[in-house]
Amino acid sequence: MNIYALVKRTFDTEERISVQNGEIAEDGAEFIINPYDEYAVEEAIRVRDEHGGEVTVLTIGSEEAEKQLRTALAMGADKAVLINTEDDLDELDEFGAATIIAEFLKDKDADLILAGNVAIDGGSGQVGPRVAELLGINYVTTITELKIDGDKATVIRDVEGDSETIEAQMPLLITAQQGLNDPRYPSLPGIMKAKKKPLDELELDDIDLEEDDVEVKVERVDVFLPPEKQAGRVLEGDLQDQVKELVQLLRTEAKVI
Amino acid sequence: MSKKVIVLGEVRDGALRNVSFEAIAAAKKVSGDGEVVGVLIGDSVQDLGQELIQYGADRVVAVEHPHLKHYTSDGYGQAFMAVHDQEEPEAIVFGHTALGKDLSPKIAAKLQSGLVSDVTEIEGEGDDAVFIRPIYSGKAFEKVKINEGPVFFTVRPNNIEPLEQDAGRSGDVSTVSADIQNLRSVVKDVVTKATDGVDMSEAKVIVAGGRGVKGPEGFEPLKELADLLGGAIGASRGACDADYCDYSLQIGQTGKVVTPDLYIAAGISGAIQHLAGMSNSKVIVAINKDPEANIFKVADYGIVGDLFEVIPMMIEEIKQLKVNA
Ligand SMILES: Cc1cc2nc3c(=O)[nH]c(=O)nc-3n(C[C@H](O)[C@H](O)[C@H](O)COP(=O)(O)OP(=O)(O)OC[C@H]3O[C@@H](n4cnc5c(N)ncnc54)[C@H](O)[C@@H]3O)c2cc1C
Ligand SMILES: Cc1cc2nc3c(=O)[nH]c(=O)nc-3n(C[C@H](O)[C@H](O)[C@H](O)COP(=O)(O)OP(=O)(O)OC[C@H]3O[C@@H](n4cnc5c(N)ncnc54)[C@H](O)[C@@H]3O)c2cc1C
Repeated sequence: MNIYALVKRTFDTEERISVQNGEIAEDGAEFIINPYDEYAVEEAIRVRDEHGGEVTVLTIGSEEAEKQLRTALAMGADKAVLINTEDDLDELDEFGAATIIAEFLKDKDADLILAGNVAIDGGSGQVGPRVAELLGINYVTTITELKIDGDKATVIRDVEGDSETIEAQMPLLITAQQGLNDPRYPSLPGIMKAKKKPLDELELDDIDLEEDDVEVKVERVDVFLPPEKQAGRVLEGDLQDQVKELVQLLRTEAKVI
Repeated sequence: MSKKVIVLGEVRDGALRNVSFEAIAAAKKVSGDGEVVGVLIGDSVQDLGQELIQYGADRVVAVEHPHLKHYTSDGYGQAFMAVHDQEEPEAIVFGHTALGKDLSPKIAAKLQSGLVSDVTEIEGEGDDAVFIRPIYSGKAFEKVKINEGPVFFTVRPNNIEPLEQDAGRSGDVSTVSADIQNLRSVVKDVVTKATDGVDMSEAKVIVAGGRGVKGPEGFEPLKELADLLGGAIGASRGACDADYCDYSLQIGQTGKVVTPDLYIAAGISGAIQHLAGMSNSKVIVAINKDPEANIFKVADYGIVGDLFEVIPMMIEEIKQLKVNA
């Protein structure tokens, strides 16, 4: 089976965010594979181990994203592709990101594409379904279980807490929800092997795209932090009185009950 | 310039979701007095048309077909595009719900358009509209505008004030027929897991438990309090990882991001990943044994104490309040 996993390099979830010159400051921050994409990579490896084939991990980003690709290779992916847009693009929106990924994939005959349900930085959740639509293939989002049998997959989809069992035709793109699996940590031999696995680097030219083809349709005009939440009051006194006071405060001061 | 806007009305268990009324209010903001057309998709949904109109839509177009009983991206995609091609709108609004998140990128790809997801606020009106949306799971926000193509966005539930329902308003509800065919996904079964009714993303009150609840039974008092307040139950990842509850309840950077009027955190330490998902709630109450717990840093009101004492007392106190009211 020809399997692709889409991974995005994102800020470590431990990072606090600060803004400099209208942009998120990146200096000194730790980066990780977007947590949902770890589920995607893990599932890709499991499907390959069961059905045979090859897993390619794909990212759009800068040279720095090589580190996350190597991590995915160390987990067990076979090949990696970095589409490096650093020299070509200052801005990229979801339309552009999906266009680039779909252009790359259009002649690859993928049987299964796995993405994260959402990137924890950009947070749009658009890239997976957009790519599937551009490729003209079927997709199911936020899945917690995947079983493949020939040209059909049976998936369980998390829909705001409800679980839908869906029979889906292949080729298929899925987006991973938490609970799909427990991503493995790269092993030491895995890390050694990853160094020798192929990692291709491409630019827009190589996939026959011009900068104009991915010009942003949505323009970012500002980035800002939410007002710092002030620590409020920790109530004091007898517990019973505290509870009385709390309920009163919620009623009369905060007016939320 | 005035814009014609179409708004997808979302139906769940036979009723319109609140977020659809909020989406209409958002549509009015960008329409600049243009027409706002509601869209209903399902196997039998026309009857809900008047309600959309009472909340501000000028008229409604429904697509009904037996294959639209369950949501599938193919089925709803075909139905929506049938309305789109008839109406040729300049703007489109969906709710940022499971359905909206799944369908909107497909439509945007078909239209080769931009799409602003998860809008919490709109500044300005008509052509000057600028959209605010959370990034980094609410650790930051961005303002964006649409440069080219249709103004297409999804609104996060519970953030944009719906218009007052006006029972006197009426308008035309028409149907469009569409061939709903070649569905590549078929829904075989649905298991309802969520605690009855109130969905976390739309709840005004959330009572969330962490590892401090100590076990699945520890959620019972929280659930009782949530029911009393007409709210929903939520959880930290600590509680989910420990199997005290289902992952679908997880709030935080890798779970749901919620902004209820009242968030009660019980036995939750307040890790940065958890705070990302709830710190934009309007009022936060923390109940924790540990006076040093991080959650107190974002709480409007805190009680240092054992949740198994505090929550039952709160339940009694609120019941009293309701009796006296
Ligand atoms: C006006 C504007 C300007 C921007 N400028 C920049 C910029 O200069 N630099 C920048 O880095 N970002 C920029 N962004 C953000 C960029 O557009 C998004 O990161 C990108 O569109 C993906 O969207 P998302 O983060 O919401 O991902 P989602 O759609 O939430 O991601 C879902 C899944 O898609 C896959 N995916 C997403 N992104 C990638 C990727 N890059 N490679 C491989 N797979 C991926 C992953 O599997 C991911 O889990 C900009 C955004 C806007 C709106
Ligand atoms: C990549 C990544 C993503 C993550 N995403 C998320 C996420 O989306 N959401 C999330 O929540 N976490 C997330 N986490 C995990 C996060 O770092 C914390 O581990 C988690 O939030 C802790 O859960 P907790 O507060 O329930 O548990 P703990 O930190 O163990 O806290 C339990 C608290 O309960 C208190 N307590 C105990 N007994 C009682 C009692 N009887 N009465 C009152 N208080 C009591 C304790 O004092 C303590 O403060 C993520 C972590 C990583 C690495």
